[in-house]
Amino acid sequence: MIELMQNPHVPLAFAALAAFCVSVYVLADGLDLGVGILFLAAPRDDQRDLMMASIEPVWDANETWLVMGGTLLIAAFPAGYYVLLPAFYLPIMFMLFALIFRGIAFEFRLQATRFRFVWDIAFAAGSILATLCQGLILGGLIGGVPMQDGMFSGGPFSFFSLLGLMCGVGLLGGYALIGAGWLIWKTDGTTQVFAREIAHAALILTAVMMALVSLWSALTVPEVAARWFALPNLLLLAPVPLATLVVLVAIWRGIWEGAEPRTFLLSLVVFALGLVGLVVSLWPYVVPRHVTVWDGAADPQTLGFIAVGLVIILPIVLAYQAHAYWVFRGKAERHAGGYGGDALAAEPAGGPR
Amino acid sequence: MDAVELARAQFAFTIGFHILWPTLSIGLAWFCTLLSFLWWRTGRPVYRDLMRFWIRLFALSFGMGVITGIVLSYEIGTNWAGFSRSVSNVLGPMFMYETLTAFFLEAGFIGIMLFGEGRVSKGTHLFACLMVSTGALFSATWIIAANSWMQTPAGAVADANGIFHVTDWWQAIFTASFPYRLAHMVCASFLTGAFVVAGVSAFHLWRRQHLVASRTAFSMAMWLALVLAPTQIALGDLHGRNTLEHQPVKLAAMEGLWDTTKGSAMTVIAWPDMAEQKNLYALDIPHLASLYLTHSWDGEVAGLKTVPPSDQPNVPVVFFAFRIMVGIGLALLATAVTGLVLRLRGRLFYARWFQLLAMATTPLGFLGVLAGWTVTEAGRQPWIVYGHLRTADAVAPVTAGAVTTSLIIFFAVYNVLLLSFVWFAGRLALKGPADTSPPSHEHPGLDRTNAGLLAASSTSPASLSSSSTSPATLEQAGA
Repeated sequence: MIELMQNPHVPLAFAALAAFCVSVYVLADGLDLGVGILFLAAPRDDQRDLMMASIEPVWDANETWLVMGGTLLIAAFPAGYYVLLPAFYLPIMFMLFALIFRGIAFEFRLQATRFRFVWDIAFAAGSILATLCQGLILGGLIGGVPMQDGMFSGGPFSFFSLLGLMCGVGLLGGYALIGAGWLIWKTDGTTQVFAREIAHAALILTAVMMALVSLWSALTVPEVAARWFALPNLLLLAPVPLATLVVLVAIWRGIWEGAEPRTFLLSLVVFALGLVGLVVSLWPYVVPRHVTVWDGAADPQTLGFIAVGLVIILPIVLAYQAHAYWVFRGKAERHAGGYGGDALAAEPAGGPR
Repeated sequence: MDAVELARAQFAFTIGFHILWPTLSIGLAWFCTLLSFLWWRTGRPVYRDLMRFWIRLFALSFGMGVITGIVLSYEIGTNWAGFSRSVSNVLGPMFMYETLTAFFLEAGFIGIMLFGEGRVSKGTHLFACLMVSTGALFSATWIIAANSWMQTPAGAVADANGIFHVTDWWQAIFTASFPYRLAHMVCASFLTGAFVVAGVSAFHLWRRQHLVASRTAFSMAMWLALVLAPTQIALGDLHGRNTLEHQPVKLAAMEGLWDTTKGSAMTVIAWPDMAEQKNLYALDIPHLASLYLTHSWDGEVAGLKTVPPSDQPNVPVVFFAFRIMVGIGLALLATAVTGLVLRLRGRLFYARWFQLLAMATTPLGFLGVLAGWTVTEAGRQPWIVYGHLRTADAVAPVTAGAVTTSLIIFFAVYNVLLLSFVWFAGRLALKGPADTSPPSHEHPGLDRTNAGLLAASSTSPASLSSSSTSPATLEQAGA
């Protein structure tokens, strides 16, 4: 096992897996962060009830992928963990605060009556702030992290960049697009109409910011420009932006017509393409321009130990997560169970079912 | 405060706040699973009412645990980069396996547990409850394996750069202190859960409402407490003797024992003075410490002075936290035994002073857990990996200003969270379970059936079966 793990292809496999976990996180939590971003834009309280009900059974599993990303990083690429996390101290902390507020809003909003708007705001503001922080982290990653003697060597604000802000706004648009797509699929009536209307705005924001971020990082980060515009690469990589463009147009044309899941599924494709572009820009680094996946990987015996579990357990995890989505398939409904609400007094009495 | 102290303060605060929720949710998850099982097997509505009620409270505590737990999985990197650089080869996989086997399991089935009743069969709902509670136990197992490795490291060697490499996974996971800590913590969760159930049920008994459900739950909780409280004390004794063997300095701090002695006295209470390296105002009982630590009259117990003061933990913190933990354990045992005595006399549901006492015990389990973790974590200092890596060498290159900012926000946010939780969970708990069970008639006249609910649900089978309760009885009880 240890010999096998010393093979230079092994860190590649783990890098692919880490990319997979990040993708699942971004796609899955993207939909419920997106619903949160759109939350206050919804005109009526009952629409907000429905929006929240549509993600209630799945948000926890989605957010668990964030923990999975963190723990896979410390297990497989420790250098990425102990250099990048201090480097992004403030945005990570504020993302966590934001996630606390939006997470707790799931629990308390349904029970609140007079001060429900407070939890509405907590949920929406938490979603927006968490997204912006993720954008700042993303922009900081593309821009690079100062490092000396194997440790982060910058200050508390060296994460900040204009590129990061652009990424943050872009992610807001992107998550809102996924969220709107999800709502078109999972809700009906006025909530669905609202989602269709706002999907246009989200799509425009996403497209504009994707273009801006790509251009700006090519202009300001020479390594990124070199990766994309050197000659064989330019032709080999051209399909990525072209495909993105095609999918964006396809979304635009399908918001009102076409099958209901279409906007959601195509917006996932947009994100997947964006992530491919990101991997191209950052490859092969764990800590951009300092530590490669080969230098940053954990001990072979550690990789071997986690490989066993990942190969066996991850497929099972994916299967029962898919099952949970399946159980709650169909249009969302305002339910009275779970986190509370007024169900207690109104519970119909009855014998054993 | 310098960067190390700030990082320690932040970690202690965030992990101390976090541990409250897993403590509650591990116990409640299994209680809900038990209720789901009883409902599935017996079909008695009282179990369904209790299950729905306790699942709501479980959901609140579970959510608090999730959001405060995510913080910790990142703090280990953001604030303890030196630590994660040194130990990631050993502990990284344990954290990852916790996510993979525990968090995903919980997250995958929590939706069905909370919202699935009615959408899935009773058997499937029970299975979802079982998966969530099993996930909670897996989580405790992995995280305590990681913590135990920090206390009693094994199965790994450090290289010249101070980076640990695993030589034997079995030894690294099943370290010397692991089984004791795991058993002690899981038992603490169940015990805390039992006293929360007892306290909430006692409140309803005291108010003479939801009688059928509350009696059932109160009785179950007191049986559990009767088994768990002595078990926990026995496990604590085993754990203490394990600590004596592997972390003698921590044990000496718990006992307030400075000099290595044979036939050591037990110090009931004192002020351990670290500057003087002795106890002030000590109340000692001769030979007792040797008796319970070594199980012999003249057994030798190592004292704090076996190591220089720079290698000693903060003795008063460990000393007093230990006494609080033990005191709470004894108080809970006394409550459980009192419950048994009342039960044997047939007064378990009627002794009003005991209902007040049970309500008062509700927070004790949490305080005991906090005190216990303070003993073991503060007692490990000044080491983060016992005997190998000092806490001061483990921090991240983050400025004190950044940590101060986050610490202040954590403090504010967590207080808001706690207040909100107490408000909403308290409201749910005080409202109580639904009454769809026929009222029991074992002591007619004492029951106060909820007349309003009875009228509201007049078409339900429950009200038909309870129609034998005459209006006169209702009025009499209500007066």
